[in-house]
Amino acid sequence: MRAPAIIEAKAVSKWYGQFHALKDINLTVRKGERIVICGPSGSGKSTLIRCFNRLEAHQVGDIVINGVALHGKMTNAAVRSNVGMVFQHFNLFPHMTVLMNCMAGPMWVKGVSAANARKTALRFLERVRIPEQANKFPIQLSGGQQQRVAIARSLCMEPAVMLFDEPTSALDPEMVSEVLETMTGLARDGITMVCVTHEMGFARAVADRVIFMDAGQIVEEGTPDEFFSRPRHDRTKLFLSQILKH
Amino acid sequence: MLYPDTVEAEILVHKPWFVATMFGVVLLLFMAFNMSGTSFAELMRPVIGEPSVSGLYGRFAIAFAIAVIFTLNVVLIGFAPLKFQIGIVWLELLLLFIAFFETFHLSLPFIREKLPFLISQGVVTTLYVSAISIVIASVIAVAGAVAKLSNNGFAFAIASFYTSFFRGLPLLMQVYLIYLGLPQLGFVINAVPAGILALSLCYGAYMTEIFRSGIQSIDRGQWEASRSMGFGFALTMRRIILPQALPVIIPPTGNQFISMLKDSSLVSVIGVWELMFLARTLGQKTFQHMEMLISAAMIYWMLSICLELIQSRIERHYHRSKVR
Ligand SMILES: Nc1ncnc2c1ncn2[C@@H]1O[C@H](COP(=O)(O)OP(=O)(O)OP(=O)(O)O)[C@@H](O)[C@H]1O
Ligand SMILES: [Mg+2]
Repeated sequence: MRAPAIIEAKAVSKWYGQFHALKDINLTVRKGERIVICGPSGSGKSTLIRCFNRLEAHQVGDIVINGVALHGKMTNAAVRSNVGMVFQHFNLFPHMTVLMNCMAGPMWVKGVSAANARKTALRFLERVRIPEQANKFPIQLSGGQQQRVAIARSLCMEPAVMLFDEPTSALDPEMVSEVLETMTGLARDGITMVCVTHEMGFARAVADRVIFMDAGQIVEEGTPDEFFSRPRHDRTKLFLSQILKH
Repeated sequence: MLYPDTVEAEILVHKPWFVATMFGVVLLLFMAFNMSGTSFAELMRPVIGEPSVSGLYGRFAIAFAIAVIFTLNVVLIGFAPLKFQIGIVWLELLLLFIAFFETFHLSLPFIREKLPFLISQGVVTTLYVSAISIVIASVIAVAGAVAKLSNNGFAFAIASFYTSFFRGLPLLMQVYLIYLGLPQLGFVINAVPAGILALSLCYGAYMTEIFRSGIQSIDRGQWEASRSMGFGFALTMRRIILPQALPVIIPPTGNQFISMLKDSSLVSVIGVWELMFLARTLGQKTFQHMEMLISAAMIYWMLSICLELIQSRIERHYHRSKVR
């Protein structure tokens, strides 16, 4: 039997005013799957994954997250607490300690007791390998450490799926690998993840499927092996040649 | 503090040209005034003889002595560490101030007699009127700021009408309007509640703008991160946005609080027995206006200083998460 679908997008379209940002997107992400989305700038990658936790609203088509259909009149909070999101610029809460950043979600949304939230937080900080920074404020950490805290913060909600929007592209080169290692660790633990990234080494190593987007459409979709060795579309070939040149 | 450069600057007040200029300016300044009638001139009697007939020489000698004392004082303070410098300069300015009040020949026994009532009635009323108004104004400000930032047409219209109206009218007029106008509508309102209402509404309008700009200063990413954690609007506002906006909001709000404390004196016009009202009435019978006014002024000042201290404490608290 196949694993249950966590994300199901059917014929999704989205417009920003007149601009057609997502065109007829069909995508199913099953439990435990690791998806990497790539594509040129402005192709709608961020827009797509932001639709999955309703930071953006789609206008046409259906998105079902963990059995709940997203639409305009729902309360978004319930869906969002089930979908973890990691941003390019970390977006940690700067006025709270690292530990509190991680405890806040479980305490305020799920009503977990402070003691238990603390335990969970420390467990996940351990997992991203920075428990010793727990009582610092985010600004006292390096970029890579901040991003790992952001990952831990999302994990603390124990979401059904983790979304990553270019988690390493705001980092200095030497910090990229520590974040990628953390993410590889999560992938190994079987966490469902959808990851927008241009780190092709990461895609090759962990992705079950790579999705290539251009101009608001999914152009190509396949296993890393197919995708990198035998790209079918010219646009994919062009993109790969540009990104792998360096 | 300004973010200092690492260059070690020479101390300005020890530079010869600065000391010389300062000396010259003070000398000329005091030459221009005729100081021969003052008590300082009396002190100079051994040098200049009878002050009133000492003429130009006397003037020069007095100005010279003052210039020497002044310059020496500044140069010496220049050697002290920062904290002492601040303390000493404060103290000296204060002494000058007291010396200025000395010249009014105030009747201290009168002040001592009236002070307890001035405090027990006046200060207490002033304090509770402003404290209640500040709380209400802050609540109005949060609501007003949210309304002004919302995309609900009604909320925006009401909030912007409100801020425009109450910022546009003199506070004194608002006090009258509420005290004399509301009874026209059938609400008879006492002086104290009327005063509190006027102050709250007026300051709520100013603070709405302060809160709005504070909230707007927070990065969009914070809203998104908070939402993506599943926090609703109220939680996001209370736990994520407002706490971060506070460091931006607090300095101008502290200003408003201090200003409110003093503007509460305007409600004296409708007969609230607060500090200003008593200061004006207590001295009336015996024509000792100055005594009461200066006492009240000092009390206002001291209360403001308390608020300043509280403000700087809060600012220091919020500074924690900003240092590396
Ligand atoms: N709020 C918005 N209003 C109008 N247009 C938008 C908005 N957000 C994104 N767009 C447009 O939608 C398109 C897709 O944007 P999106 O951010 O999803 O691209 P992306 O693939 O994530 O690109 P990048 O690699 O630069 O992050 C872009 O052309 C962008 O200009
Ligand atoms: Mg993007």
